[in-house]
Amino acid sequence: MKILVLIKQVPETTDVKIDPVTNTLKREGVQSIINPFDMYAIEEALRIKERLGGGEVVAISMGPPQAKDALAEAISMGCDSAVLLSDRKFAGSDTYATSYTLSQAVRKIGDFKIILCGKQASDGDTAQVGPGISTHLDIPQVTYVKKIEELTPDKARVERMTEEGYDIIEIPLPAVFTVVKEINEPRLPSLKGKMRAKKAEIPVWTAEDISCDEEKIGLDGSPTRVVKVFTPPPREGGQILEGEPEEVARQLAEFLKDVVVG
Amino acid sequence: MSNSANIKIIDEKCTGCTLCVKVCPFGAIEMKDKKAVIDLSKCTLCGACVEACKFEAIILKKSDEKKVDFSLYKDVWVFCEQKKGEIQSISYELLGKGRELADKLGVDLCGILLGDKINDKCQDLIARGADKIYLVESPKLSAYQDEPYTEVLTRLVQKYKPEIVLCGATVIGRSLISRVAVKVRAGLTADCTGLDIDPDEKLLLQTRPAFGGNIMATIITPNTRPQMSTVRHKVMKEMDPSSGRKGEIVKEEFPDDVYLSRSMLLDIVEEVEETINLTEADIIVSGGRGLGAPENFSIIRELALTLNAAVGASRSAVDADWIPYSHQVGQTGKTVCPKLYIACGISGQIQHLIGMKSSDVIVAINKDPDAPIFSVATYGIVEDLFKVVPKLTEHFKKILGK
Amino acid sequence: MDYLLTEEQQMIKDLCRQIAEEKIKPVAAEYDESGEFAWDIIKILAESDVFGIYIPEQYGGMGGGVMDLAIATEELSWGCGGISLGFAATGLGTFPILLFGNEEQKQKYLPDIASGKKLAAFCLTEAEAGSDAGSIKTTAKKEGDHYVLNGTKQWITNAGEAEVYTVVAITDKSKGARGASAFIVDKDTPGVSFGKKENKMGIRSSATREVIFTDCKIPRENLLGKEGLGFIVAMKTFDSSRPGVAAQALGIAQRALDEVLKYTHERRQFGQAISSFQGVQFMIADMATQLEAARALIYSAARMIDSGAKNIAKVSAMCKMYASDAAMKITTDAVQLFGGYGYMKEYPVEKLMRDAKITQIYEGTNQIQRGVIASSCIKESLS
Repeated sequence: MKILVLIKQVPETTDVKIDPVTNTLKREGVQSIINPFDMYAIEEALRIKERLGGGEVVAISMGPPQAKDALAEAISMGCDSAVLLSDRKFAGSDTYATSYTLSQAVRKIGDFKIILCGKQASDGDTAQVGPGISTHLDIPQVTYVKKIEELTPDKARVERMTEEGYDIIEIPLPAVFTVVKEINEPRLPSLKGKMRAKKAEIPVWTAEDISCDEEKIGLDGSPTRVVKVFTPPPREGGQILEGEPEEVARQLAEFLKDVVVG
Repeated sequence: MSNSANIKIIDEKCTGCTLCVKVCPFGAIEMKDKKAVIDLSKCTLCGACVEACKFEAIILKKSDEKKVDFSLYKDVWVFCEQKKGEIQSISYELLGKGRELADKLGVDLCGILLGDKINDKCQDLIARGADKIYLVESPKLSAYQDEPYTEVLTRLVQKYKPEIVLCGATVIGRSLISRVAVKVRAGLTADCTGLDIDPDEKLLLQTRPAFGGNIMATIITPNTRPQMSTVRHKVMKEMDPSSGRKGEIVKEEFPDDVYLSRSMLLDIVEEVEETINLTEADIIVSGGRGLGAPENFSIIRELALTLNAAVGASRSAVDADWIPYSHQVGQTGKTVCPKLYIACGISGQIQHLIGMKSSDVIVAINKDPDAPIFSVATYGIVEDLFKVVPKLTEHFKKILGK
Repeated sequence: MDYLLTEEQQMIKDLCRQIAEEKIKPVAAEYDESGEFAWDIIKILAESDVFGIYIPEQYGGMGGGVMDLAIATEELSWGCGGISLGFAATGLGTFPILLFGNEEQKQKYLPDIASGKKLAAFCLTEAEAGSDAGSIKTTAKKEGDHYVLNGTKQWITNAGEAEVYTVVAITDKSKGARGASAFIVDKDTPGVSFGKKENKMGIRSSATREVIFTDCKIPRENLLGKEGLGFIVAMKTFDSSRPGVAAQALGIAQRALDEVLKYTHERRQFGQAISSFQGVQFMIADMATQLEAARALIYSAARMIDSGAKNIAKVSAMCKMYASDAAMKITTDAVQLFGGYGYMKEYPVEKLMRDAKITQIYEGTNQIQRGVIASSCIKESLS
């Protein structure tokens, strides 16, 4: 009985800055990390295994060869094994191609009860891959899961976070859950976990290994196309108000009058 | 299968300026002998380098494309989100933008409404700009559920072939439209901040932020239909309701099996927020580390109360347990887009800016002149917030007659 | 700087630093104020397998040595010297079992310690026996297949929180230096009680109490090694544990330097950052150099001990003495460099100075260390 966690290696966005001189993205020394939301997915997968008293947690990622580091980190947190999907043919995948590719790998692994994903990735921020996978595999989903209230091998009762509060949903397994930060507090890796991660063999699967239809993967399998990438125009410099606190406060209130009254 | 997509550097044109190296978000470009070289194992074909190269030395080639005839696809659709029978305001914003797009294309704007006993809302949507409403009513559709809504919307799309579908980037919208996009094999762009029509090809130009807002990308979906986008709340402008507008209502019905759902919605729980909802607020007053102690949030609250504003906070303040996480604005908190954002004692680290920099007017009050927040502020005051904010509150009270 | 750590040691260093930064640092001031024992941090250390670092693999540990223990202690102490002591002092309490325990004793106690399930404490000091450890008065009288302990140990770290106590008591007063023996005592043994929690200057989150033995009967099997080996057990234990104390001092000092570098860059006086003043720079240079010298000596001692070298008493004493003296100087200078702010509890450095002081005192005062070093040198020169 497997619990699958889909993770993505992303650049540490806090390090991604705009160079004020060239107005381009500065990438020197940017670290790669596990997408922060996926950490919650990994933690939940480990907790589900503890709750059900058994099972195997498998971490899966689609990415370039260095994404193995992210999978090793997942193992050091406690995942039992990991698989990397990596192939030049996957390059340029948008969310359609990505969710298709991942679902092919899921099919190959088989025998799963739950697939967990973070709600979105911090580089793309689309939140589309989780639902995409559920649709490709034709299994039910709940997005924005903030708590798994009840869990049996056949079904789950979960709380889905909404703008006003939450919904309570009962769902049969197997199912896909995308999770939000409120669901748990991810554990730190353990030394034994890190040792295991060092020794772990992480197989790399290519498009052929998971029987991908070439028309559905990579740039060619991606319906969306980036035509332009630009740095957002910096906000027009504002003005610094100077003077005594009483005076600047008065000035500011005057300037803001319309905004505040309207 | 024709030769697949690839990217290459034209050495003769490459001047070794290294702009592409700096721009690549994946560190896939290196300089070797003063020429740029792309490491294909790291390259994701995102195209950032192509755009950055001033010498057009990088070519990103897509595979030969079959030209598909999309002449049967017409109209701009807006999925109108409803909860408990009430139309959500995101729907009006989408209709506002949709109206503009439909006018540019010379086609109809259609609202898609699913629910139970909800047909009295159709006129409301027409007043907001729709020419036609596709209405599907059933008790099984009264509240959103992934599978029945996906199935209904998919069938409608397949039957009526819209060229554009817009949907709110809400919990419901994102869950729903991602599924439909996969089912109809169409391109979907999330969280668009800009939507426009390309005058030559009549394609939908979808602009959105990536890397937490550090770069913007314009995306098209030339080879699939419909072209689908989600848009966040408060990004687009609603049209003022025009009650005289006339429109058509098209009712659709489906057999019972279409409404089947494997998951069951047991309950909808609303959590009462004693303060104004942060993401809805028109004015937000936020406090950060500069407040120094939790009790000093009272200064923020005073100003917020005077302005009828919501109270926000930086991550530092939330991490220090000065205020609950629900008030956190930023990359790991809420994204807000109010008319006025007043940041007090907030330094303006990039993670915070990501959450609020598209506010109309930003005011920053911080005693550190080098605080990054001043780079995005419309008005900045370099002063101790404890001296300025209470005075600001006083002045606003006078102006607002409180 | 590259300290030529092995991959495993780097792993330990990175993980302990992560724990220190993410989990310990944010709560250190609060625990210092309340003096409460940080059980939630202990739990995190246990879950991350930190407790097993220096315990052999066959007992559930990672099989590391004094060097690995020192690395872990340094990083955790960077977060807080008091909180890290729950871990470090367990090491001190465990070494007697590691060095002198028989197989049954190791099987019985080490797995629970390695998993972080049980903490340990070492009991030697008494009210009238500090540096003069030889004049301890706690007795262990043999009665059939039991020993009966009577006496009071003072200022024992982890007392009251630990489950496993290694105790040195007099079994035969007439034999003088050969009259003491070492024992393992379980917390729940009838006759074991604890005094009030001491109210300390520094390392306030660590629990320091009296351990009182009143007709405490322990089974004969709990004797460590042989009767009469008590002070040998203590000395050998200290030889292995002193680098740990040194590492604690090092971690505190490193934190002090890090805070100083940050602050002096931000603080502006006379129109410039104070880090641009030579006077400040010279202080920073001295602090940084002493820190590295301490680190080099600790690593040298630890590696020597792990290599199985026999005569480790001198270098072990040296690294403890040097690192703790350096830490005291560095943290005092840190407060000085912070100026008025340094004196305020709102800023982190006054705590570091208060925490550093104990490292010059416990596990053998630095005066005792100097004695050990001197006699070692003299002995070597005469041979």
